[in-house]
Parts: sequence; structure tokens; C-alpha cells
Amino acid sequence: MRYLNVEDIEYLAIGAAVLGTGGGGDPYLGKLMAKQAIKEKGEVRLISVEDLADDDWVIPTAMMGAPSVMLEKLPNGGEPELCFKTVQGFLEKPAVATMSLEAGGINSCIPVYAAARLGVPLVDADGMGRAFPEIPMVSFSLDGVPASPMVCADEKGNQVLLRTIDNAWVETLSRAVTVAMGLSSMIGLYVMNGKTIKQSAIRGTISLCIEIGKAIIDAHSRNISAVDSILKITNGFPIFEGKVVDVQRELSTGFVRGRASFEGLGPNKGQVFDMDFQNENLIGYIDGEPKAMVPDLITVLDLESGTPITTETLRYGQRVIIIGMPCAPIWRTEKGLKQVGPRYFKYDLDYVPIEELVGGVESKEDRP
Amino acid sequence: MKYRLGIDVGGTNTDAVILDEANKLIAKCKRPTTQDISSGINQAVEAVLDISKIDPSSIQHAMLGTTHATNAIVERKGLARVGVLRLGAPCGLALPPMMDWPDDMPAHIGSNYRMVRGGYEYDGKFISRPDKSEIESALSELKELGIEALAVSCVFSPVNGDQEMEASEIARKIFGDDFSISLSSEVGTLGLLERENATILNAAILNIANNAYSAFQNILKQHKITADLFITQNDGTLMAVDYARKYPVFTIASGPTNSLRGAAFLSGLSDCVVVDVGGTTTDVGVLKAGFPRESSMAVEIGGVRTNFRMPDLISIGLGGGSLVKSDDDQVRVGPESVGYRITEEALVFGGSTLTATDVAVASGQFSLGDPGLVSKMDKGVRERANVRIKSMVEEIIDRMKTSAGDIPVVLVGGGSIIVPKELKGASEVIVPDNFDVANAIGAAISQVSGSIDGVFDVATKGRDAVIAEVKQAAIEEAIRAGADEKTIEIVDLEEIPLAYLPSNAVRFRVKAVGELK
Repeated sequence: MRYLNVEDIEYLAIGAAVLGTGGGGDPYLGKLMAKQAIKEKGEVRLISVEDLADDDWVIPTAMMGAPSVMLEKLPNGGEPELCFKTVQGFLEKPAVATMSLEAGGINSCIPVYAAARLGVPLVDADGMGRAFPEIPMVSFSLDGVPASPMVCADEKGNQVLLRTIDNAWVETLSRAVTVAMGLSSMIGLYVMNGKTIKQSAIRGTISLCIEIGKAIIDAHSRNISAVDSILKITNGFPIFEGKVVDVQRELSTGFVRGRASFEGLGPNKGQVFDMDFQNENLIGYIDGEPKAMVPDLITVLDLESGTPITTETLRYGQRVIIIGMPCAPIWRTEKGLKQVGPRYFKYDLDYVPIEELVGGVESKEDRP
Repeated sequence: MKYRLGIDVGGTNTDAVILDEANKLIAKCKRPTTQDISSGINQAVEAVLDISKIDPSSIQHAMLGTTHATNAIVERKGLARVGVLRLGAPCGLALPPMMDWPDDMPAHIGSNYRMVRGGYEYDGKFISRPDKSEIESALSELKELGIEALAVSCVFSPVNGDQEMEASEIARKIFGDDFSISLSSEVGTLGLLERENATILNAAILNIANNAYSAFQNILKQHKITADLFITQNDGTLMAVDYARKYPVFTIASGPTNSLRGAAFLSGLSDCVVVDVGGTTTDVGVLKAGFPRESSMAVEIGGVRTNFRMPDLISIGLGGGSLVKSDDDQVRVGPESVGYRITEEALVFGGSTLTATDVAVASGQFSLGDPGLVSKMDKGVRERANVRIKSMVEEIIDRMKTSAGDIPVVLVGGGSIIVPKELKGASEVIVPDNFDVANAIGAAISQVSGSIDGVFDVATKGRDAVIAEVKQAAIEEAIRAGADEKTIEIVDLEEIPLAYLPSNAVRFRVKAVGELK
């Protein structure tokens, strides 16, 4: 057990952007809210999954909507309480903690904000170990945990309670509700007890984000690159060093899809790296050959500083290193791949783990 | 013959130019920038009138690019105590105004704010209905607190500014007609906190800016110049002085923009990379359709986060006065610089410091001072310094380009003599005539603009109808700013889909630009 202070939030947001694989948007507002709540209400207790009794209820919290609208229509502050109280109405006793659903962007920080406002601890875990675009794409969902009862609350005090027949309907209906609420809402869903969390949650994500973020900031202060520390902490692999030469984006069905191309530098001189994304980075190819694929994590880092670069801020001329990190084991199971594997994202590819695709890279190059 | 006077106040020099109706340069001069700024401007105006010998009354337009506003914020000097009224509650109560400001700011401008009901959704619906009596009592409380200026913000005011207008009318009744009121819908784009911050900064510098512009008008009067006065803003266009008195915050960072625009004019290119080399730093920017590419990053001014329309620039510590240091086989150029002391300290001027300018003169790129003083320079050091300067500039050009192909590069600024005329990634390297006063020329030839930024629902009206509507709105803005209707064109149309939701909400940013009437 530890306490999260204002500085930890800074680390958390940067680390979550590394695990966020290019998605999740600008964490500024989430950071600001979490820091403000900690200043007002005190530090947030971070408890491990093991600290939960089997019958302790936990209500995860998140925000959904269009990032550019969230930057304009700021929260009221009372939303976590609305979500919590309404979901809690279905339980035989009060919930003891909240939890994050995904690492990345604003949703790494919102649960900290909710925990501070509610005066409950935050569980050191999440449902993805990275970021994904849809609500059913969490480890608990694979184990049959229903996302509903789910509450969408807006800044005006409106709440919509969803009771659905399956998690796909949660996705469909909560999006429609969020649009009607003015393109943003705060949500409480996937209520679980300690027993279920111990079985299904991806453990230690919050402290992992903080560790990664701290490594990056420490490297900056010593004027060294943070890339090696990130690879060590995440068991990741360097995939490609290069320069962004092209970024194409298009919008389809509410998601920003696109492709970025990189020209090789240093050890990859003469090669080309292409990367497909749909909010998050999905597939990376060297000279047309897949070298990393979803659900493994593909993240673009600034070559000099190791700072993660989101798909929104990719621009021609940036010098970057693309790294790949193994995903949580649950995503590599048959049901995991069915939910988030390459074929789910409409690629005619069989999933091959990153260790096999680039496992040989390390021995071939001596990285400084 | 009618003339234009362009003035640019830089960190080291204040430059002035006079152009004729055909935009031909009649006279130019440089004077040191003074502590009070005004006397430097006065000397530059006096000198340029002397050189040109024209009748001062034939100057029709005078354009000024100045650092007054930026300096006031960065140095925390003479800022007003600002009250903030935000419309949007219950939305936004979690994040009150000024919460993320530097700790030393409240001592200068206070932390007096009120959040009241109001605000819009992205599609223009009310978040909650504004309540006149609530606004009145909030403003009366701010008045009691002794505020000297008011900033009004409202959720989604870039989409609809009506509530801010109504609140300012109520404020007029309470504070009187002469009170300074800044509206966020006039100041910034989407992103409530950043826009609100910019509006508060604007309110805080109104007095300083007013004094500066009055001083400038007096200087013109003394020299019998009866021209209309315009102030350059950071997007490369002009504001009439009366508008600048209301929104001085737009003048922040107009210097680099003036250089970029001047480079476009002098080279005749509308799409190129511009390398502006001063005494200490080099700014590299990109021109797209004759205007600087704008940055997509949040910009901090004096530690306050804003979302200004800033030019996208990379600055590096390389200039004419950069120190050249060699140890072993390594040669470093910059970031330390002798700055404006170059005429005393550089070798070619009889000084004892090896600078980038000395290397350029020794390499025969340029003649300055006494070239004999650097004829004995170590060949290895000279060559390695040149390689270093070349690679520093090439890397930045490569970072700023938008595509892999080669692109023309324009060199401007007094220090640009140190840059070689062959650069990787450049289809050609152009050093235009009068490159040393590109910034003042940029100020003199600036145009006026109108912009629209908002979220629109394309499902009901259809995309084409929405685009036509936003274009027309931007054109009307430009006309209001003083543009000649016949010359207006749309220079920028950005369509930004709102991710994550399968709705048809799209953000449009449009800019229309025209010649001064």
C-alpha cells in the first residue's frame, strides 16, 4: 500500500501514455483534476488487489466522450459520487474502492480524481494493461463479468442507468447516451467484488505507469534517454528507429483511423516502418512485414527524450523510436484474441507475439 | 504617392522601414531597442523619415510590431487586478478559473472569480439557463473586491458568444461605460481553461497596452504623421489600434511572425521554410499559402497555459554572435552568444572572442569588419565549425518540413550571413535583398483577417452547407476587421472530426484574409 501525491500524478500520466499506445488523448485535464482533488481532499491510498476481501465491492470509474469537447465542457465534480451511489444501490453493502479500466490519457487520472473526491482508495489494477477503444475490451468482460448496471452521469446532474443483455449493448447504448448528454459523460460500470478482481483484473498497472513515468522524468533531469529504462520496466523490444515521413488520418464510424510511415535512421537506415492506428496503434510493419500487432503494445517514443507521442501529435520530421511490449497474457488466449486480436480490427493476420516477431532484434544490434 | 511605415521592436534592435504603394522599399534603419521601448521607436521613426526624405503626411498606414504585452506578462509589471466571471455552472465547478496558474501570479492580479449558471453544449443548447440576477450579484461582489478589469468566459462561447455579450451589458451597468471588459469568445478557440487564461491575461495588460499605443500615437503626431495605426498580431495579420486597445493579448509573439511574413514577401514565395538568424538564436518556421503554420501545442506565456494562434517555430541557440569553442576534435557553436556586444567582442571587430560571424568571414562567405583579423584562423576549426552550423540548420529544416520532398529555404535576419548557401533538404537557398529588416517589412505588408472556430452538426444541414456557412462567417469577420471585400480569400479551412463518438459533430477552423481597405 502507498499514497499517491501530486507528483505521482505527473508520473502516472506520462507512464499511462506509454502503455496507452498512442491513444487516450491529452492527459492535461485529467492530471489537473486529479491534482486538484488531492490538494483539496488529501492523498489517495493505492491498495493492491490482495488487500481486497473477497466480498469487498469495487466500482471502476472512467470518462467517455470526445476529447475536444471534454476540454471545453469541464466536469462539475459531483459526477463520481452520482455514478458511485447509483451503482451502489444494487449492492448489499457500500463499495470500498474505485479502479481504472484502462491505462492511457485521461482515464488513468479520472479514477484518482474519483477516489480523492469520494474518499475511497484506488485499486492498483486495470482492465486492459493498455488502452483500447471499446467498453467490452476489458479482461473482466472475457471472464463474463457484466458491464451493467452502468451509470452515465453528466455535469448537469443527469444520470442514465443501463441494464443490458450483454456488454456489446452497453457500448452501443452508452455512446448514444453520451452523445445526448453533450458528447461527454462520466461512467461507473463493471462493479466487481474482490474475488472477481483477483481472478480477472490486470494487476499493478497504476504503479507500473508511475514507475515508467518516473524513469522518463528522471532521465530528463540527468539528460539521458529514457528508452532503455522503459524497455527494461516493460520487458519491451526496440522495433524501429526512424523519422516520421507521412501521417494520414481519416474518420470512420467515430474513430480516427490512419497510417503513419517512418524512414529508418541508425540501425534501421534504408528500411521503412508503417504503422496502422485506430485511436490506438494496431499493427507495425518493417518493409511490409508485420513486426508487432495488437493486442501487443506498440508505442512511439521521442528518440531523444523517450517521451511518448500520441497518434494525434505525430508529425512529419519527428525522430522517434518505436517500441513493442508484450500485452497481458489474457489477451493472448483464444477468447482474448477474438475480442481484440488483429482479425477483430479487420486485419487478415494471425496473431504472432512480439517476442517471436522481433525477438531476434536484440542480439543483432548493439544498442548504446 | 502614399506610403506605409513598418516598425518592429525586437530584443536587440528596433527596425523601421518605409514602403511605397507598390511595396517597394524606400528607406530602412536599425536602432537599439531601449528599456522604455518608446524612445527606441522614436529614434527609428526619426531616422527612417530622414533617410527617405518623404513628406510625413503622405504616410497612409503605420504598422507596429511590439513586445510590450509579452514583457508585461513575463516580468509581471503593471498588471491590473482582474475579476473573472465564468458562465457554465453546474459545468466546470471542479476546475475554477486560475487554478493552474503560477504561484506568484495572484499577488499581481488577484484570484477573484465567480462561476454562475449558463453556458452552451457543443450544438448550442443551454447547459443551464443564465440568470440575470445571479450575474448581477456576482458582478457586484467582484466590484466590492476592487477589481480593475473584468474577464468573461462561457462554456462553448466560440460556438455562440451571446451569453458573454449579455453578461458584459449587465457589467457595463454596474461598472460604468469606461470599464475594461474582455470576452473569451473574442480571444480564443475551444479549450475553456486556455481561452479563459488568455482572456484574463488580456484584461491584466489592457492599461499597459493602452499607454504604449498612446505613446506611439504621440510619436507619430510629433513627426506629423497622420496615418491610421495598426498593430501586428501573432497570426501575421493586423489589428486597428482601437481593436488592439481591447485585445492586446493578440500581439504576443508577433515578432517571429513578422519575420516569416517579411521573408515570404521579399522572396516572392508562399510555401517555404524560413530561417531567421539573429544575434543569439535562430527561429525556423514554415510558410503555408503565405502565412506561418500555426502550432498545435498549448503555449505558455509567463507560466500561464493558453491556446493562442502561435506560429509553429523551433528555436535553437545559434546566431551571428554564437561562441565557437573547440576541444580536441569537437567544435561547438552556441548556445552562448556575445549578443549585441558582437561589434566589440568578435575578432573581425578587433575583439578577442571567436564567434560564428568570424568563421563566416574567414570562410569568405561575407565581408564584415576587418577580414584580415581572421585570415590566420585554424583551417580545421573553421571547417568543423562550418560543418556544425550547417548540420544544426539542416536538422531543424528537416524537422519543420511537412513532406519528404525538397523545399525552398529563405534566409533572413542580421545573423543569417553565417549559414551556408547549400543546405540538405533545400531545393534552393534564397537570401533576399533587405533580408536584415524582414521583420519590419513583414509588419508593413501585413493584411487583416477573420477567423471562425467551432463545432458544427453536419448531419442536419449537410457538410457543404456548413462549410459555406463558416466560410461566409469568416469573411464577415475579416470585413469587420477592415479588409477590402474584393481582396478577401479563404487561406485556411481545417475540418477536425470529433473522435470516439459516431455522431456527426465536426470542428471547423476557418480563416479569411484580405488587404487593408
